[in-house]
Amino acid sequence: MTTATRTDYEVVIGLEVHAQLRTLTKMFCGCPTAFGAPPNTQTCPVCQGMPGSLPVLNRRAIEFGIRTALAFHCRVNAACRFARKHYYYPDMPKNYQISQYEEPLAEDGWLEVELEGESRRIGIQRLHLEEDVGKLIHEGALETASSSLVDFNRSGVPLMETVSKPEIRSPAEAAAYLRDFRAVVVSLGVCDGNMEEGSLRCDANISLRRRGQRELGTKVEIKNMNSFRNVERALAFEAQRQAKALDAGERIVQETRLWDADRGYTRSMRSKEYAHDYRYFPEPDLVPLRISAEQVASVRAELPELPRARRQRFVTEYGLPPYDAEVLTQSRALADYFEETVRGVPNAKLVSNWVMSELLRVLPGDDERAIAASPVPPPHLAGLLRLIEDGTISGKMAKDIFEQMFRAGESADKIVEREGLAVIKDTASLNAAVEQVLADPASARAIADWKKGKAVAAKALVGQVMKATRGKADPVIVNQLVQEKLSRM
Amino acid sequence: MTAAAVEELCVSDLAEAYRRRDLTPVAVTRAYLDRIQALDPRIDAYLTVTADQALAAARASEERYRTHSELGPLDGVPVALKDVLCTRGVRTTCASKILEHFVPPYDATVVERLTRAGALSLGKTNLDEFAMGSSTEHSGFKPTRNPWDLSRVPGGSSGGSAAAVAGGLAAAAFGTDTGGSIRQPAAFCGVVGLKPTYGRVSRYGLVAFASSLDQIGPLTRNVRDAALVLRVIAGHDRRDATSIDALVPDYAAALDDDIRGLRLGIPAEYFAAGTDPEIDRAVRAAIDVLRGLGATLHELSLPTTDYALAAYYLIAPAEASSNLARYDGVKYGLRVPGKDLVDMESRTRAAGFGAEVKRRVMLGTYALSAGYQEAYYGKAQKVRTLVRRDFETAFADVDLIVAPTTPNVAFTHGEKTDPLAMYLNDAFTIPANLAGIPAISVPCGFTAAGLPIGLQFIGRALDEARVLRAAHAYETAAPWRGRRPNLG
Repeated sequence: MTTATRTDYEVVIGLEVHAQLRTLTKMFCGCPTAFGAPPNTQTCPVCQGMPGSLPVLNRRAIEFGIRTALAFHCRVNAACRFARKHYYYPDMPKNYQISQYEEPLAEDGWLEVELEGESRRIGIQRLHLEEDVGKLIHEGALETASSSLVDFNRSGVPLMETVSKPEIRSPAEAAAYLRDFRAVVVSLGVCDGNMEEGSLRCDANISLRRRGQRELGTKVEIKNMNSFRNVERALAFEAQRQAKALDAGERIVQETRLWDADRGYTRSMRSKEYAHDYRYFPEPDLVPLRISAEQVASVRAELPELPRARRQRFVTEYGLPPYDAEVLTQSRALADYFEETVRGVPNAKLVSNWVMSELLRVLPGDDERAIAASPVPPPHLAGLLRLIEDGTISGKMAKDIFEQMFRAGESADKIVEREGLAVIKDTASLNAAVEQVLADPASARAIADWKKGKAVAAKALVGQVMKATRGKADPVIVNQLVQEKLSRM
Repeated sequence: MTAAAVEELCVSDLAEAYRRRDLTPVAVTRAYLDRIQALDPRIDAYLTVTADQALAAARASEERYRTHSELGPLDGVPVALKDVLCTRGVRTTCASKILEHFVPPYDATVVERLTRAGALSLGKTNLDEFAMGSSTEHSGFKPTRNPWDLSRVPGGSSGGSAAAVAGGLAAAAFGTDTGGSIRQPAAFCGVVGLKPTYGRVSRYGLVAFASSLDQIGPLTRNVRDAALVLRVIAGHDRRDATSIDALVPDYAAALDDDIRGLRLGIPAEYFAAGTDPEIDRAVRAAIDVLRGLGATLHELSLPTTDYALAAYYLIAPAEASSNLARYDGVKYGLRVPGKDLVDMESRTRAAGFGAEVKRRVMLGTYALSAGYQEAYYGKAQKVRTLVRRDFETAFADVDLIVAPTTPNVAFTHGEKTDPLAMYLNDAFTIPANLAGIPAISVPCGFTAAGLPIGLQFIGRALDEARVLRAAHAYETAAPWRGRRPNLG
């Protein structure tokens, strides 16, 4: 730890990640889960906690949970139960949340995290399913609002909570864990990974101990970190705060602290109000859930290739540099995009260069939806690259054409044909152009230089020809012709 | 046959009369509404009477009979619904001030099934608030009186439904039974009350008291009616994950088979000191009748009976404390303004819940609290397992268990002020709830003072057919069928 503290402390971090599952319907009722609908339009008696309503389990959510558990190398329990977690809050219509407590869906796994070129396994303690709560909309700031409204559209959306073991050793490693976690759940198709919309949320437990000490220090829970950067900043701040406190001989209070991203510090939530006795007990409205070995096996058989494996395959199968492989596998959509393009133009490095430099210049590579809906779909990019490969267009022209393709959604062939952009390879017309340049009095100086032995002078002449043909001339042929004619002069 | 004596007719009589055109659903519905208007001010069985809807439904039913397209034996039968069953567009109060103006936007599955079968609802009946009680004195609105003696309670919590059937204010009624809330009022009011197997009838739309114990069932004039009605409301429901996916037999069809060779278990614990001697005598006499019908008798022991009551009064309040957490003034029902959110919620609950509900919420919250949960809720669950095993052991040797429904007959209003004394009323009914097995109460005589006594049959899970058959055999042989309270 790079802090100016007297003692050498080790940071101990555990993360609790809540991922909204991308099921079409909610965890315990048939309401849609789509984000952004007008308030309270995606609700029913069940997700509004009306008297007499009962929950019915969404099988798809269970399947998504098992899929994730397997990707994290967890043991899927043969029997699990749902439990009620009680606390009063107006965004929670029943004033209890249906969650899992003593018998979670899965336990004991790990996630491989890469940081500064080194990879380390972080243990996963448990993975369980629960329902999301609604959303409060305050008139003004929370503290001064004269009224608040509740939107239950989100109430009952399936959530998957994954609790890591306290094995993360730095704020940077916590951010790396979260990044890799996100990559896995997104590539599994179980979560869209959108932190701004709240599809992925993270709380952290952090404590310090003297390096070499076995027992864990008193932990503090940090909430409200809604981006990778904020996770790292909040934990760095909190580690620093605790180190200073310990150095000053103070005791760390076990509490929940809120990260204030604008002010860059964590502050204590009033512990009296939030000291909960959740009074968990098994949810009597749901029967215990049995998960057969066959069911687990069938989910395992359908498991897609995970980002890490795919990254490695990109290196071995396509001979890509590890850096390229990492960039291209940042999302499933991008990796799919790359592979589909390679199928159309089997030059992996060329495709990789174009995806990284051109596509990712205009689209965020980690945005599954944006990549999948790219105005330049893989067959179009492959078509463009084929034109480069067969010499129809130059690389420079291709960049301009790409921009047009992106704007208009057209194929490269179409644009090249309409605008007459193909490279001029016709020696007769190029001869004429070269002769015209050489005959131009403005070229006399360059010709004289060349004759004196300055080979680079020819380049200026080639440039003139290119300019005269508005870049459409094949530079290789032009160069050849210029050399020929100069040597004959 | 005239509609003037509707209270004399049971469900199967009505269907028969409708088919023969002796009576029409509209005439019968009018007659019931008239009786309600005349007599209910003295009985107070109903919280809400839905006269207009009932008459509209009766006219629709009449049209079906006219075109010979009636929907089955319940078509045109006027029934009453305990006010914990959600009814679309009709307020559902649970006899609680906190839900006084709550109008559900949906029907309970049971209500849906009854409607589909052509039954029509006369209204919603009174109960102990949120079904917590054994006398219907703990209604947030008014106490219900026993038609046999208006100074006495009808039992509870389905007291309004039991009184409605006993007083001839509905052809049949529906109640819920969490610890005896159908059987005990049935016994007090001299009607038949059936608690089916847990999961046999969907709980969707039943406002929960204790989710792992609640079960909906009928209160009727006789056992045949109970069999007819059960067939309509039973069966799997996708909206209730705890409902059982098993075929629903034609309960009425097998009713007349004899009970020769039926093995009846007599549990010693249900005949212990503390039971009213008049009840003890009546039940033993009933058992003699059953022996006369060819049943064999087997003395047995259910040793955990004494612990069942204690376990119940931990499990039921624990679940209730959770189920009632939603009534906070935020979304529906009563809201008492406060200076902030917590204040609003506290004031709302303080004003909306009655004393008995508050007592049980406190009990349940305590039983689930950190540091106490294992000793109370956890231990109670273990006892529950033992109670279930007791029955399993017993049912290895016998087909049914026969016992009194209650240790005492209907008591007077205000007589039992000590909550514990009230809770003891459920001692013989609670074990079947903890075990999740079916049980019925049928009238088996009267005390010298003219108060009804209930006989209970308890059966194996999903064995309602046998429970009904034994009860029917007894009822057919028993001499006081058709005796009715005199309401002047």
